[in-house]
Amino acid sequence: MDQLLQHGLNALMLGGTYALLGIGLTLIFGIMRVVNFTHGELYAFGAYMMYAFAMLVGANFFVALALAVALGVALGAGVELVLLSRLRGADIDTTMLVMIGAWIALQNAEQLAWTGVAKSIDNPFPAAPLVIGPVSVAWNRVFVFAVAIVLIAATYALINRTRLGRAMRATFQDRDTAALMGVRIGTIHTATFALGSGLAAAAGALLGPVFVVYPTMGDLAAAKAFAIVILGGLGNIAGATIGGFILALVEELGAGYVSSGYRDAMGFLLIIVILLFRPTGLFAQKERIG
Amino acid sequence: MTAPLLAVDRLTIRFGGLVAVDQASFEVREGEVLSLIGPNGAGKTTAFNAITGYLAPSAGDIRFRGARLNGLKPNRVAELGLVRTFQKTSVFGGRSVLENILIGLHLRSAQRPLAIMLGLPSVAREERALETEARRILGFVGLGPRALELGASLPYGEQRLLEIAVALAARPQLLLLDEPVSGMNPTETESFMAKLAEIRSLGITVLLVEHDMKMVMGVSDRIVCLNQGRVIANGTPAEIRRDPEVIRAYLGERYARAHG
Amino acid sequence: MKAALTAAWLALLVTLPLWMTNQYALHILIVTGIFIVAAMSLNLLLGYTGQLSLGHVAFFGIGAYASALVSLGFKVQLAPGVALALDPKPVWCGMLAAVVVAGAFGWLIGKLAFRVRGAYFVIVSISFAEVMRLVAVNWVELTQGPMALNNIPPLALWLPGVGEHAFWKKPENYWLTLGVAVVSYVLIRRLVRSRAGRAMVALRENEPLATSVGIDVTRYLVLTTVVSAAMAGAAGALYAHYIRIVDPDVFLFLYTVTMVIMVITGGKGTLAGPIVGGLIFGLLPETLRAAAIRPEVQWIVYGVLMILVLYFLPAGIVPAVRQWWERRRGAAAAAPA
Repeated sequence: MDQLLQHGLNALMLGGTYALLGIGLTLIFGIMRVVNFTHGELYAFGAYMMYAFAMLVGANFFVALALAVALGVALGAGVELVLLSRLRGADIDTTMLVMIGAWIALQNAEQLAWTGVAKSIDNPFPAAPLVIGPVSVAWNRVFVFAVAIVLIAATYALINRTRLGRAMRATFQDRDTAALMGVRIGTIHTATFALGSGLAAAAGALLGPVFVVYPTMGDLAAAKAFAIVILGGLGNIAGATIGGFILALVEELGAGYVSSGYRDAMGFLLIIVILLFRPTGLFAQKERIG
Repeated sequence: MTAPLLAVDRLTIRFGGLVAVDQASFEVREGEVLSLIGPNGAGKTTAFNAITGYLAPSAGDIRFRGARLNGLKPNRVAELGLVRTFQKTSVFGGRSVLENILIGLHLRSAQRPLAIMLGLPSVAREERALETEARRILGFVGLGPRALELGASLPYGEQRLLEIAVALAARPQLLLLDEPVSGMNPTETESFMAKLAEIRSLGITVLLVEHDMKMVMGVSDRIVCLNQGRVIANGTPAEIRRDPEVIRAYLGERYARAHG
Repeated sequence: MKAALTAAWLALLVTLPLWMTNQYALHILIVTGIFIVAAMSLNLLLGYTGQLSLGHVAFFGIGAYASALVSLGFKVQLAPGVALALDPKPVWCGMLAAVVVAGAFGWLIGKLAFRVRGAYFVIVSISFAEVMRLVAVNWVELTQGPMALNNIPPLALWLPGVGEHAFWKKPENYWLTLGVAVVSYVLIRRLVRSRAGRAMVALRENEPLATSVGIDVTRYLVLTTVVSAAMAGAAGALYAHYIRIVDPDVFLFLYTVTMVIMVITGGKGTLAGPIVGGLIFGLLPETLRAAAIRPEVQWIVYGVLMILVLYFLPAGIVPAVRQWWERRRGAAAAAPA
């Protein structure tokens, strides 16, 4: 029983960041209809920026975090403006393949810049874990969970309470009508991609200090993000949030009770199984985001 | 009275709360031209989609020569002998006109993948026969000279002809045409009506959805009028022209009372 | 004229090992050839049928492992008391097994492709390849995991007058690869120029119209994936018996990307496209390596190259060249004599 509780707590701590990854991707996938293969690279970018500021420049941990996220947003906006803006009319295949090309270029650029050696990032939290009855959790993970929740709440607020959010929801529902109503689709696309990328970078910046930072870390993260999007349904933020926690739980239980080697396979297996029975995703609600 | 070719019995199609087709019943007799008319949104194309397998009916029965069509996939419906065209012009734009017809001839050929990969001489023979047949069909609709041009590069009227030709290639017993002359000028419409007469003479039964009343009155043996998903009238052109329900549906209550 | 050109090319290719004695160059050509076979098979699925299958390396890897395992023999415990064992079989048996097993998986994916469409199918196909990789890594009893299957025997054929001859040398592996490549090309060409090929393209271009004239979507998706997978499996088998080591890295998404880049830049949906793309991206690494460019930079170049091709030559190099050639011929005909 204690084992189960511990797994549950671990899943909770990790699920928040998974949710961030998933929300970012589902927004991009849902509003822009782009299969974003660079999502994982933004995750890695966030982690590397965290490393750069916290370890190389020596900045304050929390400042480094904020900077890493901000740069993630900027990079996302840059990618959209440079690569995607001229592809707005193109079919999904072309866009997807361009994203693959960008992914290759970005990952190898990161490898070139940082070499393949894994890097670790120090964190300012006490080393001794927080013990609650039979279970324990490291302080840095509690921090990660807290920040993730804050960011998820902020995203919700953005989507549901602001003008920009309303415009994004309108574009998701019916792009042509939204355009006719005066929504600048180009701006929405850039904003969406920047937001989604920022969330991915945040996830990377948060998890970088928990694990290690290495060039191909983005691949697994991207795969999990896709699994979450499918779990939750395209464009469904609530679904992505829940999906993030579900995936974390499935991984924890799978690693704990089946085999730790197959931990990362859980996400993929989940995708395949779900799509076999529900070809449009688990919670797919076609016409809304938020 | 012989059994009808196509029998639609109390067909009902619901989308959530909306009833698009409501207990519609009608039949198409062999060799005739039957037109489905009705104001926009009456359910005509929806009924077409259900008959040809693109939509699942919520209730009712669709039978073709006695065989039940409900729930069959569109390609299976085509195999049975019902071929449809689409309301919005639908051709294989990136393929040549000739290739479009060759694709339409799909069911007429029996080449199996294994034979194809082995390169058996029967495959090449059949290909040649198919090409001859394709050119013949192109000649029938008058698109012979356009054989090598891309489908998308044809002017609108010729694209619609290509659509008919592709459907004819599938050798239908019952041809379902969804607004075939929409967007055509009077000359094109006239020549289409003549083409339709030729198609009839080939023994093909035709079920037509159309708005152009002149054409409908000119080609139809019988007409079925739908309004809000229900069949409100069913008869010869002369009968339909005088039918008060039809007049009310198209022109409104006041006109019907004024001229009834 | 065209037949003569083809004959000349073939003659050149067949006699190549006789006049190109540089063993390293031959090695590069063999590996490129294997990738070209895989790229051609992907083209059938991606190019002609329009299915965004990004898990293609799975079939390649399955073929490699199947052939290696059959020729090495294996023994696994499926459940307590239930063991599955196979004695080592001749290599040609292994290659046959590769084609059949890969084709069987192709059948599964084909059935799935119909139910799960568009972007979701892309994700499923990638997941499938990743699961295969993780199985290869973790099912150590069968696959030796990261330790790899070693000492895979080369193909051995019984030749008249010589007896049993094993393909240890490069020229014979080159000819074997060339043979498989030519056969694959011919099979694809025949399929594509037939009723089946027309059905595939029709499904890609306008599915509702295609079904209205009787084309069965599931049937043709399954046919395409089976042939495509079986061919990729054959390429995988060639790889296994030439390189003679197979490890889970054979399932890396990176290799799917390589094949995709070859097909897209060469020209998807054309017969020559994957060959041209394969040659470019098979030989480019060597030229770059000769110029002492680091592998990371190479890949950045590929990524950028692919993006540029997608922007400026969206149909690929082969169609662009064809268009240019047609225009030149048209201009020459119009110009005063």
